[in-house]
Amino acid sequence: MSKLSTKRLLGIKNITRDDIDLIFKTADNFKEVINRPIKKVPSLRDITIANIFFENSTRTKLSFELAEKRLSADVINFSAGSSSVKKGETLIDTVNNILAMKVDMVVMRHPNPGAHVFLSKHVNCAIVNAGDGAHEHPTQALLDAFSLRERLGDLTGKKILIVGDILHSRVALSNIFCLQKLGAEVRVCGPATLIPKHIESLGVKVMLNFKEALAWCDVANMLRIQLERQDIQYFPTLREYSMQYGLSNDLLDSIGKKDIIIMHPGPINRGVEITSDIADGEHSIILNQVENGVAVRMAVLYLLAGQTNTIS
Amino acid sequence: MESRLLLNHQALEHTLNRLAFELFEKHGDFQNTAIIALQPRGVLLGRRIVERIADLTGVKVPYGELDVTFYRDDFRRRDEPLVPAKTNLDFSVEGKRIILVDDVLYTGRTVRSGMDAMLDFGRPIQVELMALIDRRFSRELPVQPDYVGRMVDVVKHETVKVHWSEYNSDNKVTLYSFANNE
Repeated sequence: MSKLSTKRLLGIKNITRDDIDLIFKTADNFKEVINRPIKKVPSLRDITIANIFFENSTRTKLSFELAEKRLSADVINFSAGSSSVKKGETLIDTVNNILAMKVDMVVMRHPNPGAHVFLSKHVNCAIVNAGDGAHEHPTQALLDAFSLRERLGDLTGKKILIVGDILHSRVALSNIFCLQKLGAEVRVCGPATLIPKHIESLGVKVMLNFKEALAWCDVANMLRIQLERQDIQYFPTLREYSMQYGLSNDLLDSIGKKDIIIMHPGPINRGVEITSDIADGEHSIILNQVENGVAVRMAVLYLLAGQTNTIS
Repeated sequence: MESRLLLNHQALEHTLNRLAFELFEKHGDFQNTAIIALQPRGVLLGRRIVERIADLTGVKVPYGELDVTFYRDDFRRRDEPLVPAKTNLDFSVEGKRIILVDDVLYTGRTVRSGMDAMLDFGRPIQVELMALIDRRFSRELPVQPDYVGRMVDVVKHETVKVHWSEYNSDNKVTLYSFANNE
């Protein structure tokens, strides 16, 4: 198979295991490309991609932009803060105006869950979801699983723990879908107030005791507390959160388990969810995740652009 | 579908030996020469040529395998993107004499992509092309090989395939003819 089952990457929920395998296989090749002296291929030289960000982003935006440039695509960037959105323009109008300038693909981040699904019903172009509210962040999940696969091989039966602010995290949801499709077992851990209701219906077990959860897992994906999305107080203080759910060497020593693979989607709040010695330690794959992000995003853009015969 | 044997195992063996000798004649001690085979099918020829040169001269020529998928000119012109193969090229081509190797030379487009891909690894002082089979009169780009195993005249609805057997016991080159509606 050399074709994705979808024309748009809106979420991990609606892609297949075969799609994920194809993206990984292609990303393997792009990883080799970005480690060459000339880190660029001409594949998308006739494609223009708009990065439309209605919400702040550093890493994801840089990673997408770099992926697009490494594929030789033309790139335009758009931030909601400095645009006509402030003047009352609708999402469909904004995107249609950008497409009228002969743009072929849209990479979008939006604070509202489902914004991409809505948009896909009204515009006819390839769309990549770079995060929609607390819903999905598919490329992050793909690069997380790709990095894990690099370290662990086949993920079937691997025990993966997602820790922290699950309620406000799009990374958690996309990771759950992706890892389960790859055969891993996923559990979530955090304060009860930050665990979404009915998350068990996704086949995910909830663990409130962090120590027990660590003793169970092969991999711990430490999420950031998303204070900017929290409209009420979910726990008394950051210090208390950190004492209960912060990952430190002392904690790992106390359970006698040092080889847990540590992940973090960034940005890290050092000293809150994770201490510096763990984040920079030998079992941390945080920077591998960042490097792989470019290769995985190149694969997604390449496959989406390539499956539409738009020239002849 | 009809098929016709172009080279049997023995003839192919002779051809491979001759190609290795031709390279030896031109490149001598292979001091500044490297061989790069194009994925996916050129590598099956490339590996054998490198082995034969080693048998002949005792020299282990630097050898790399190059995938050209991301450099092709038919991207977005076919219904499905091609799945890339692995690139395995751990040396710089800067200042080297490079021999590009592919099994069947047809339109010349793969070789064009291969040259672009290769130039991302440096600037060679010279590039030559080896093809086991040259389908002459079917070129779409001005590409000509320097070393040819066998030249064949083949029309569009025919295809030439090189079969490499696992233990080098029954290698052969076959021509397949399809009726126009097949």
